[in-house]
Amino acid sequence: MYRTIKPTAVKWLAAVAAFGLIAAGTAGAQAPAPKAAAKPAAASKAVAAPVTPAKSTDATVREIEKYREALADGNPADLWEARGEDLWKQKRGPKNASFEKCDLGLGEGVVKGAYAKLPRYFEDTDRVQDLESRLVTCMVMLQGFKYDQAKRAPFGSAENKSNMEALVAYVTANSRGAKMNVSLSHAKEKEAYAIGKKMFFHRGGPHDFSCATCHAQDNIRIRLQDLPNLTKQEPAQRAYTSWPAYRVSQGELRSFQWRLFDCFRQQRFPELDFTSEGSVALTTYLARNANGGIFNAPAIKR
Amino acid sequence: MKTTYLMATLALVAATSAQAQTKAPAPDRATEVMKAAFKERGQAKLDRLNQDKAMELCTKYTVTPIPRKLAAEIEAENVKTIPFPADGKYLGDWKAGERIAQSGVGMQFTDNPANPSGANCYACHKLAPQELSYGTIGSSLYQFGKLRGYSPDIAKYAYGKIYNSQAYAACSNMPRFGHNKILTETQIKDLVALLMDPESPVNK
Ligand code: HEC
Ligand code: HEC
Repeated sequence: MYRTIKPTAVKWLAAVAAFGLIAAGTAGAQAPAPKAAAKPAAASKAVAAPVTPAKSTDATVREIEKYREALADGNPADLWEARGEDLWKQKRGPKNASFEKCDLGLGEGVVKGAYAKLPRYFEDTDRVQDLESRLVTCMVMLQGFKYDQAKRAPFGSAENKSNMEALVAYVTANSRGAKMNVSLSHAKEKEAYAIGKKMFFHRGGPHDFSCATCHAQDNIRIRLQDLPNLTKQEPAQRAYTSWPAYRVSQGELRSFQWRLFDCFRQQRFPELDFTSEGSVALTTYLARNANGGIFNAPAIKR
Repeated sequence: MKTTYLMATLALVAATSAQAQTKAPAPDRATEVMKAAFKERGQAKLDRLNQDKAMELCTKYTVTPIPRKLAAEIEAENVKTIPFPADGKYLGDWKAGERIAQSGVGMQFTDNPANPSGANCYACHKLAPQELSYGTIGSSLYQFGKLRGYSPDIAKYAYGKIYNSQAYAACSNMPRFGHNKILTETQIKDLVALLMDPESPVNK
C-alpha cells in the first residue's frame, strides 16, 4: 500500500536529518528532541556527520532551500496523502459510510479548495470549525463513531499511524495553489478570531511566555531557527501556507493542530485539547492573518 | 464646572468600554474558552494559565509599550521578591553555568520534574563565542563582565536579573528563573559566574 520513497528522497532525508540533529541537539528543549530518524540510512549518516554548528543562519536557510528544491517531486507526505485518499473513500464505522457525504464547507464531498477557506462557521453544528474538528464531526455524524473514538490518536508515531493525519494530508493537498480566503462575516467567526488573538498574546506558565514572545517581532531567532512574525501578513502567509508538513526529524506528517499542541508544550502550558474551541479560535486568528497567501502544503520541514 | 468634568469623564469611560466590547467578546467568555482548551498533563497543571499582576499588564501591553508609571510599579514589586544570597557570594562555578545555559530541559509536560531544569540562555542570547547556535531575542552577553567591570554591584545585578528579570525591565521577554522556581540559588550563582568570572569563556 505504501509507495516506495524515491532514492533522491532518501539522500535528502539523510542530509536534513543530519542538520536537524545538530540544530535540535543544541537547541535543547526549545525544539523537540528528534526521535530516531525516519530511515536507518538517515540515522547513521546523521551520527557520522561532523557536529560543527552552521556558520550563519543565512547559510543554513540557503542549505534548506536547496534541499527543498531537490526534493520537489519526492515529499514523503505523498504516502500520507495516498492513505488519506483511501480513508476518505472507504466505507467505515458503525454506519459503514465514506467521507463522500462530508461537507467541508463547499458542499458534500468537495475537497478541492476547501482547506483554504477553513476555519469557517458551519450551520449544522452552529460552530466555527477547522479541518480537524470538521473531520471529527463527519466521523461522528456520518460514520457513527463515538466522539471520543473519533478524537483518539490525533498524532501518529512509527508504530501507530494516525488516520487523522492521513485525512488531513489528503484534504490539504487538494488546496495546493489556492488562495487563503478565511471569512470573518459570521458573528461567530469574528468571535473566534478575537478569542484566538487573546490566546496568542496571553502570557503565562513558569516562563511567562506567550506565542507573541517568539512570534511577534521581525528578524529574531531561537538558537538558529528563524521565528516568523505571525502578526504580520507576509510572514504569517509564509508560515501558515506551509502546514501541514512532513517532519524529517520525526518521520511523521504533522497537522496544524499538532503545530499548536507542540508550541504550547514548548511554552510550558498544559496540553492543548485536540480540536477544542480555543484551538480552533487560535487557528482562525492565524489562518485569517495569512489571507491572500497561496496555500502550498503538505510541505517538508526539518 | 466640577460636575461637567465628571460627566464628561464618565461619558469617556463608557465610550471606551463600549468600543472595547464591539472589538472583543465579553472577557469572561474568551477566558472561559481559553481555559477549556487545555487539559492538565504531568507537571503542567491548569493554574499555569493564571497571571500575576505583571503578566496581566504585560499581556495587555505586548504591542504598545507599557506606560512608564505602570512599568515602575511592576519593577518595584518584582525587585522585592529577590532573596539575594545570605552569604553575599554571587559567583559559583562557570563550567556548571555553561551546562545550564546550554540546556533547555525542564518544566514541559514531557519533562520529569524530579530532574533539575536548564535555562537555555543560548536560546535567546549570544554568550561564549565558541557557541555559534545562539538566538537573538535578547542582546549579546559576550564579554558581559569584561565590559561592565568585575564589581560586586554588577554581580549582584546579574544575580537579580536572572532571578527576576521583571525587576529591572518590566514586560521583558526573559523568564523569571528564580521567582518562578525554574532554577535554584546554586544554579543561578553558576550562571552569574559564567557572566562574571574572568576565566569564563564569555569574558575571553
Ligand atoms: C519559546 C519560543 C516559542 C513560543 C513561545 C512559541 N513558538 Fe511557535 N515556534 C517556535 C520555534 C522555535 C519554531 C520553529 C520550530 C521548528 O522548526 O521545529 C516555531 C514554529 C511555529 C510555527 C510554524 C512556522 C513555520 O514557518 O513552520 C507556527 C505556526 C507557530 N510556531 C505558532 C506558534 C503559536 C500559535 C504559539 C503560541 C501557542 C507559539 N508558536 C509559541 C518557538 C516558539
Ligand atoms: C526567552 C528569551 C530569553 C532567555 C531564555 C533568557 N533571556 Fe536574558 N534577556 C532576554 C531579553 C529579551 C533581554 C532584554 C530585556 C531585558 O533587559 O530584560 C534579556 C536581558 C538579559 C540581561 C540584561 C542585559 C543587560 O544589558 O543588562 C542579562 C544579564 C540576561 N538577560 C541574562 C540571561 C541569562 C544568564 C539567561 C539564562 C539563565 C537568560 N538571560 C535567558 C531574553 C532572554
